[in-house]
Amino acid sequence: MAMADSAEIPGAAACPACVATDPQETVARIRAASTERLMLSLPGIADADAMMAAERALRGVEGVREARVNMTMKRAAVTAAGTVTPEMLVAALTAAGVEAHELDAGTLAATQTDRTGRELLMRLGVAGFATMNVMLLSVSVWAGAEGATRDLFHWISAMIALPTVAFAGQPFYRNAWSALRRGSLNMDVPITLAIVLTIVTSLYETVQSGAHAYFDATLMLCFFLLAGRYLDHRTRAVARSAAEELAALEVARATRIRDGAEETVPQAELAVGDLIRVRPGARIPVDGVVAEGSSELDRALLTGETLPVFAGPGVAVSAGEVNLTGPLVMRATAVGRDTSLHALTDLVAIAESGRSQYSSLADKAAKLYAPGVHILSALAFAGWLAGTGDLRVALNIAAAVLIITCPCALGLAVPAVTTAASGRLFRRGLLIKDATALERLAETDIAVFDKTGTLTLGQPEAEGFAALDPAMQPLAAGIAQGSAHPLAMAITRAADAEGVAPAPVEALREVPGYGIEGRWQGQVLRLGRLGWTGGDGAEAQGTATWLRLGEDQPLAIGFCDRLRPGAREAVEGLKAQGLEVQLLSGDAEPAVRALAESLGIATWRAGMLPAEKAAHVQALAGAGAKVLMAGDGLNDTAALASAHASVSPASALEAARVASDMVLLHADLSAIPEARATARKAVRRIRENFRIATVYNVLAVPLAVAGLCSPLIAAAAMSASSITVSLNALRVR
Amino acid sequence: MEILAILIPASLLLGAVGLAAFFWTLKSDQYDDPEGDARRILSGEYDDKPKQDD
Repeated sequence: MAMADSAEIPGAAACPACVATDPQETVARIRAASTERLMLSLPGIADADAMMAAERALRGVEGVREARVNMTMKRAAVTAAGTVTPEMLVAALTAAGVEAHELDAGTLAATQTDRTGRELLMRLGVAGFATMNVMLLSVSVWAGAEGATRDLFHWISAMIALPTVAFAGQPFYRNAWSALRRGSLNMDVPITLAIVLTIVTSLYETVQSGAHAYFDATLMLCFFLLAGRYLDHRTRAVARSAAEELAALEVARATRIRDGAEETVPQAELAVGDLIRVRPGARIPVDGVVAEGSSELDRALLTGETLPVFAGPGVAVSAGEVNLTGPLVMRATAVGRDTSLHALTDLVAIAESGRSQYSSLADKAAKLYAPGVHILSALAFAGWLAGTGDLRVALNIAAAVLIITCPCALGLAVPAVTTAASGRLFRRGLLIKDATALERLAETDIAVFDKTGTLTLGQPEAEGFAALDPAMQPLAAGIAQGSAHPLAMAITRAADAEGVAPAPVEALREVPGYGIEGRWQGQVLRLGRLGWTGGDGAEAQGTATWLRLGEDQPLAIGFCDRLRPGAREAVEGLKAQGLEVQLLSGDAEPAVRALAESLGIATWRAGMLPAEKAAHVQALAGAGAKVLMAGDGLNDTAALASAHASVSPASALEAARVASDMVLLHADLSAIPEARATARKAVRRIRENFRIATVYNVLAVPLAVAGLCSPLIAAAAMSASSITVSLNALRVR
Repeated sequence: MEILAILIPASLLLGAVGLAAFFWTLKSDQYDDPEGDARRILSGEYDDKPKQDD
């Protein structure tokens, strides 16, 4: 196969030397040439030793050519021959004690290096270089250089400044142009105007051997503003790549059965009518009907129910449900955008349009600021023109006003604070996906939680095990060992915790969809659904499974859902901050009531449909409340999207993570009240920064309008305000 | 003042060298993993020769 391929490689045939070489060598070269880039997620990498151990383990795998761990992203990029599979790499890393997951390189656009960020950094570097040089020349001019020397320095400054401004300022020109074409004003319009006007008047002054040229101030303006842009971009890029990574962790493949043979295909290629095999533990890829096999399904992410439901031939299943016990073969009835997973997308899109109307603090400032600056500068121009009749003086004054008022510090005021705050929250395991999410989070006054998967882990705990007859406990532990069903595993955990040794149960057999059967001292022992174990037991409250020995009465083992770590702290913390906490769940009433009472949540609703949740959130918003929604399931997506701010755990369904502004990377919920406190602090700093920038303007503008502003004063005011604003932002950390 | 004819080009040239070095660091992906690179330098692993590019 490889030999046949080799003959078709034009490069090999075209080079005469290759023809003469041993065919074996050619094959080896082609194998080596077919390199693949694999990406792995290494969430546990925390220090240099772990990083080195991971790289060593990866390089030890046969066929790996290069492996490099990126600690900032907690990822490993591996270049390897085509024979290496991600499973081999994950196995090697696990053996070395490093947690690793395969990443879908297709979903991960960030495998190419971040081009926009690099472009901004390049412009920032050029602007910095030019600023330093021109500033040195300006210092001599301010120090008293006169006549020909001053003109020479101005000319050299112009030669440096012109190409720099043309190259480094491009992001501003582009944004300003697109804003003007839409007929609106943004921060970039006064920036562009200031840059262009000061460069033109300074050039004119230089030609006329004038005393004042603002090349240094213009370049400094570019430099500080680009620094703000770069910070802003970086914060968002980190969040975006982490969010992409969560999506890439779910490698979307399905097993299709065609003509009796199984093949693994991407989910996107499935068509209606395809037969699909779903193994235990796998997620159902598309909507369909069960054709063969029986099992149980976990629908917690879709409906919020904790109790698994039965699935057998003829039962309709939806994309997103998890198959628990037995293998299923299903026939697809709806794929892609028609599945129930996507049915809520429209609802989400409608809900989100409300949030997009939110205007950030920076936008509000720009709206006040941009027209004000233009009017002030135009008035100064008109006043001086009328007063002196000298066009050159009037233009100079107008340029001075523009450069002094230019929102240099304003351009840094928001990005510097959000970078500091997002960095702090990222270290606590909270990912801020949206640029304005912090500001919106700070405004929230009602917190609405989902139950299953958000306040609880969606992982059952066998609380009824301890209440079981001590003679039966070893039997329950023994039979539960035979299954990977979540309820059976909960019993095994409970037995371990109680120190119960499992009894030797023989002939263990799992009956998918019903339970487990075994033999103990010649008697049949069954653990499973009441209808299957037989006998009559009173219908238990909440989630339960039944244990029956021979013809005895079946015994109920009750389960409760485990509380997520930090759930209590989160609810109490939010209450302490003066928020009202509510609980909305699709689960049955007793479970919801028990949880609400144990956490001290006064307002709760059970059995809610997805649309009802969204309607509830919208009703609260309609009454003037700003809702913080936390949820993880498909049934929460519309509510997450319509809330003022939203957060979902990393275990949530992708649709829910996409709909929310923030993602919790750790299991711990207590980061939520902390995030809100940090957000409030950040908003306070942003407002302070605006005030600081305004104070500098108020001090310097009268000088500029009066014509007393020299390039020295402009440069000093600009750098002083930018540095104060950045230092103030660092206080958030 | 003739000294300026040497000093100004010299200072610009030195600045340009710095800028070129910055471009090089940018092109060779040196800003991709600041945290990892900061710790890599402290690793206890030593080698006798540079890694081979095969």
